[in-house]
Amino acid sequence: MTDIQSRIQNYAQRFTHGAKPRKRQLSPHLKALEAEAIHIMREVAAEFERPVMLYSIGKDSTVMLHLAMKAFFPSKPPFPFLHIDSLWEFQAMGEFRDALTEALGLDMIVWVNEEGKSREINPFTDGSALHTQVMRTEGLLQALNHGRYDAAFGGGRRDEEKSRAKERVFSFRNAAHAWDPRNQRPELWRTYNTRIRKGESIRVFPLSNWTEVDIWQYILEEDIPIVPLYFAGERPVVERDGTLIMVDDERMVFEDGETPEMRKIRFRTLGCYPLTGAVESQAETLDDIVLEMLTARTSERAGRLIDFDEAGSMEKKKREGYF
Amino acid sequence: MADDAIRAEVSERLTRAGENGVLRVITCGSVDDGKSTLIGRLLYDSKLLFEDQIKVLERDSRKHGTAGEEIDFALLLDGLEAEREQGITIDVAYRFFNTEKRKFIVADTPGHEQYTRNMATGASTADLAIILVDARKGVLTQTRRHTYIANMMGIRHAVLAVNKMDLVDHSRARFHEIVSEYLTIAEDLGFDTITPIPISARYGDNIFSRSDAMKWHDGPTLMEHLESVDTNTEKEAAYAFRFPVQWVNRPNLDFRGFSGTVASGAVAPGDDVVVAHSGKTAKISRVVTADEDLDTARAGEAVTLVLDREIDIARGDMLADPSQRPEVSDQFAAEILWMTEEEMLPGRSYLLKAGGQTSPVSVTTLKHKLNVNSFEKEPGKSLKLNEIGVCTLSTSRPIAFDPYKDQRETGSFILIDRFTNQTVGAGMIEFSLRRASNIHTHAMDVDKTRRADMKGQKPAVLWFTGLSGAGKSTISNLVERKLAEAGRHTYSLDGDNVRHGLNKDLGFTDVDRVENIRRIGEVSKLFVDAGLIVTCSFISPFRSERQMVRELVDEAEFIEIFVDAPLEVCMQRDPKGLYKKAQAGEIKNFTGFDSPYEAPENAEIHLKTGDMSAEDAAEAVIEALIERGFIG
Repeated sequence: MTDIQSRIQNYAQRFTHGAKPRKRQLSPHLKALEAEAIHIMREVAAEFERPVMLYSIGKDSTVMLHLAMKAFFPSKPPFPFLHIDSLWEFQAMGEFRDALTEALGLDMIVWVNEEGKSREINPFTDGSALHTQVMRTEGLLQALNHGRYDAAFGGGRRDEEKSRAKERVFSFRNAAHAWDPRNQRPELWRTYNTRIRKGESIRVFPLSNWTEVDIWQYILEEDIPIVPLYFAGERPVVERDGTLIMVDDERMVFEDGETPEMRKIRFRTLGCYPLTGAVESQAETLDDIVLEMLTARTSERAGRLIDFDEAGSMEKKKREGYF
Repeated sequence: MADDAIRAEVSERLTRAGENGVLRVITCGSVDDGKSTLIGRLLYDSKLLFEDQIKVLERDSRKHGTAGEEIDFALLLDGLEAEREQGITIDVAYRFFNTEKRKFIVADTPGHEQYTRNMATGASTADLAIILVDARKGVLTQTRRHTYIANMMGIRHAVLAVNKMDLVDHSRARFHEIVSEYLTIAEDLGFDTITPIPISARYGDNIFSRSDAMKWHDGPTLMEHLESVDTNTEKEAAYAFRFPVQWVNRPNLDFRGFSGTVASGAVAPGDDVVVAHSGKTAKISRVVTADEDLDTARAGEAVTLVLDREIDIARGDMLADPSQRPEVSDQFAAEILWMTEEEMLPGRSYLLKAGGQTSPVSVTTLKHKLNVNSFEKEPGKSLKLNEIGVCTLSTSRPIAFDPYKDQRETGSFILIDRFTNQTVGAGMIEFSLRRASNIHTHAMDVDKTRRADMKGQKPAVLWFTGLSGAGKSTISNLVERKLAEAGRHTYSLDGDNVRHGLNKDLGFTDVDRVENIRRIGEVSKLFVDAGLIVTCSFISPFRSERQMVRELVDEAEFIEIFVDAPLEVCMQRDPKGLYKKAQAGEIKNFTGFDSPYEAPENAEIHLKTGDMSAEDAAEAVIEALIERGFIG
């Protein structure tokens, strides 16, 4: 068993019957954020027929999953989890997802856009925009239609990007999964309007009011396992247009003159390895990461290549159904 | 750095101190008052900005800014002005920053009157309102409006931020003049605290650091105040225990708990609780969380409660302190803020959602409207977008609640349009008009099931809707005859026997038509309760009214039958000569002619009587009733 597998098994013990009580030392503001997220999840479980929770394997998603485990305890979360597999994610992510699924006994649906797979869509040759469109956005829509889900949880936060600052906690989508900024419902108090017609759906963002700092502090205080790629380690990388790309498998397409070199790097966000930039870092522990982040001088999305690409505005993606 | 040193530094930088973890703030004011500059300044001074964001800000400030060589903080936020030009919904934006003492959630809303709804949305969750005033202009109409809405939405702490002090030479006299004028408006409204602070958002005076230019100010800086304002002794914590049940937690036969968030007060194992609607009581045996069982659950905590005995509890129920119970009523008075273009009409049916409770509701009367600028009452017949009125409401099912002024969480509701599903109104309950408990606790020994069993049938409402001349009465008469022949117990309601008696005081205005159908619905409900199969033949042109009747009875008991004939066919048949009169202008508002008919979207039975005999149509209804198990 690998380190991360045993770490996850250990973690899963917390949610078993008769587990040793954990004395909580959660900071007051995180306690408030946690209670809010749990409240939102319970509302969805009670009011929708077919909810699903998107799971991207990233840190925010893993925090959301952790909150779902807590919200329904001692029951299991009364909905499945859904991972849209682009086939180009870091190998460590798949390993993490599988270990977590098994240890917690989750209903995890892994969806691949088979049409994209057969077309052999490839971020190196097809570009990030097409790859993301086909394998993520289209894959997501396929999976949502296939499961006839009427509510889907996402880990989006309002502090991530300007266009998200006005996003509702319950974000209404029409039957084509599209987001219409003119047709969103006012949200007062903690009373969420969950009514939809057949075919329409709601995206739900329980982490709306969390910041990146809150997420990290919560991971620290709750001792939640995350994918090891968040921690610094010696890894093979190439530097391309100022971005460090990790060579994660044999499908890596090298450009002229590129040879992988070992550098001590870590990732601030996770996704498809050819599209995710690493940062050089010495942060090997959670405390190191939090400190590095507290003194960080570039914002989180700088590591996400898709935001810079041609078709890259978040707003456009949202209208098309991307989270 | 050594591990311990890192841990110590991390610990020091993170938000930890104090029990008041999160402060929710709303900023009220317009762009001219420097609202965006203030929020931008708070983000900047709390060191929340990253290098790349600051670089962009500096570049934009030189290009578009209005602050000369200085950084224009307003550019940090989305240009609400620009959005308005583009016609995109002006909305509530949420901003976040943390200091060592607290996390802040700032609701940023536009200040003009046409955005009252946005301000109310942001205010509904806020603990504190920063009311911005331009020192040069002083207290304006909009200051009164912002203060009024903040107070109406239950915000308890007001900060009067007198901005642009640099433009009035940091004058102490000017500041005091504005403060005393403001206090004449706000003092009697019922805020717990009103804190005036002279600031300059552009230069940062009295925001994070004390102003050298205003040494005369002996109160707190804005940040000192925000970090220390005490929300912990709030009414929520001190109020009686309230726990709206969200979700019944039942993983296996050995565990049955009720999940929810404590709305107010606290509860501990051993405490007695009462279910507000049924009056049944039990003791708390456990307070479960995923971490550990708690000794006490306090306001704001999301927990799962286990009781010492099995009593009937579902989502929508409220557990409460038996010595201080909430109101349970189906008629109450509330302030309503209207949030949509289509105006609110008394008599119309909406859905009311209060916590986990959802019920059809109609606004019985609009007592008066409230002018948010003058604080005065005005008469009115309807509520338009952004208008506020005091109304009486009547729900189909009793609602458990507290007055909003005492408890925001259990005193608030939203109104939902039944067809567009939009959130159309926000309500704050003032008081109950009668206690429903007196009516509902006397469960009678002989009930609906018993009466129906004695007749050997399942009661139902067969609701025939369609244009005049479509064949409603003819078909329903045939159906009733067939049922009677088969030994069924029936009753038939139609215009002839209702309009001349029960409803003879009603005319044909929209309001009267709604009331006509409401009364017919209530009478049908009584007949269903008596175990009868009721046939109703009414044009009933509005979906919302048919839906209202549907919700009066049990879901399966309402059979909507769409008697569907083309208008030309109906006009040709014209059994009562009404279309001719309508054409001649002798009747106004005739359905299908000069008044709309909203066809059913999901009628249980759809009869196309344009090319179907009445006999065949009646037979189709009978077959459908057999299929649905109403008759054997």
